[in-house]
Amino acid sequence: MFEITPAEWTAILLSLRVAIIATLVATPFGIALAWLLARRNFWGKSILDAAVHLPLVLPPVVTGYLLLLTFGRRGMVGAWLADHLGIVFAFRWTGAALACGVMSFPLLVRPIRLSIEAIDRRLEQASSTLGAAPWQVFATVTLPLALPGILAGMVLGFAKAIGEFGATITFVSNIPGETQTISSAIYSLIQTPDGDSAAMRLVVISIVIAMGALIASEWFARRATQRLHGN
Amino acid sequence: MLRVDVTKQLGEFSLEASFSSEGRVTGLFGASGAGKTSLINMIAGLLRPDRGVITLDDETLDDTSKGIHVLPHRRRIGYVFQDARLFPHLNVAQNLDYGRRMNRLADDPAQRSRITDLLDIGSLLDRRPGRLSGGERQRVALGRALLSKPRLLLMDEPLGSLDEGRKVEILPYLMRLRDEGIPMVYVSHDAAELRQLATQIVMLRNGRVTALGGVKVLAVGTPV
Repeated sequence: MFEITPAEWTAILLSLRVAIIATLVATPFGIALAWLLARRNFWGKSILDAAVHLPLVLPPVVTGYLLLLTFGRRGMVGAWLADHLGIVFAFRWTGAALACGVMSFPLLVRPIRLSIEAIDRRLEQASSTLGAAPWQVFATVTLPLALPGILAGMVLGFAKAIGEFGATITFVSNIPGETQTISSAIYSLIQTPDGDSAAMRLVVISIVIAMGALIASEWFARRATQRLHGN
Repeated sequence: MLRVDVTKQLGEFSLEASFSSEGRVTGLFGASGAGKTSLINMIAGLLRPDRGVITLDDETLDDTSKGIHVLPHRRRIGYVFQDARLFPHLNVAQNLDYGRRMNRLADDPAQRSRITDLLDIGSLLDRRPGRLSGGERQRVALGRALLSKPRLLLMDEPLGSLDEGRKVEILPYLMRLRDEGIPMVYVSHDAAELRQLATQIVMLRNGRVTALGGVKVLAVGTPV
């Protein structure tokens, strides 16, 4: 029963690629936004905060449709990117990564924001009296101290990205080898007669990946906490 | 020479202090709540005065009438906090080296070993701050500030968080530091401590300077 077919491998590797790229690209933006929300007060902060959390509460199909309207070939941003930079999202794996990145963004930002808020700002003051410019304070004190939160956010974001279904299928459809991730492959298989055993294999693999991610995040968090508590 | 003439409103509390000091160790003396920490935070650049001027030697650090406010990292003023504030993610050696790295100073092993000897922290270099006693932490914080090569050293009750035994342990190191020749501003509410360390006293009460002069002014009034 546990012969993984080439078609299934394609879906598995595509899922991993989509989720990894989505997480890696989203992380710097997530850190920047988390810092902004944790540390700065500005006009429209609560609106920005709400906008970041929107994908968490909107039906995924709505997010997918909005992405299609914006980043589709005839969408405002999508047309411009395609004409000027040659970047196309519609019906490509990059579009799947974009959808996963947007959907997992709130889960990525939240732990990072909490860990930045928990940092003792007096350590940052000490750093500046020792000659560190603001960007050096950020790089040598804030960022390392926020590391457990950053890792937790990345793992959570990755887990969300790898399971994302609704927004992805709405935005980039379900094309084997291009946009068919594990989730959409399972969806296709359970609608096909005799697809059950293949679907089961993919289900088992999803569980293995999810468990692996959770164990990895625990391990990272424990190591990072040890590092920070100075023992 | 340090010259301070500032006002600052902090909620209900108003600070209005003016003094200048040429002494090697300026003791800032007053009860808690007198505004001592706010005052040295302004000298460090961590707090911006509402109005006034702060100059060190010939450099203007703050002048609100001209809109001058030199940022803390450009002041080259070391600061030893009451609570040490060592970086928990770095070991002692990395903490000591931090200021040198940030200021991009050349490595100076001779100076480093001189300071570690002076403070007896050579055996702690591999440890994390979490594994240090209060007194050890404070000595490392002193070393860290010194190794950033400051032109002025601010100390905010560096003995304040230590019990009597630990105070006796640290005090000799502070006397050695005084003889290093870096000018210091030393904040304390303990007259005995200042009698041993300071060469000049600025007495502060409720945000106002009430006396200036040699250590003899400490006899005049003890803070409430």
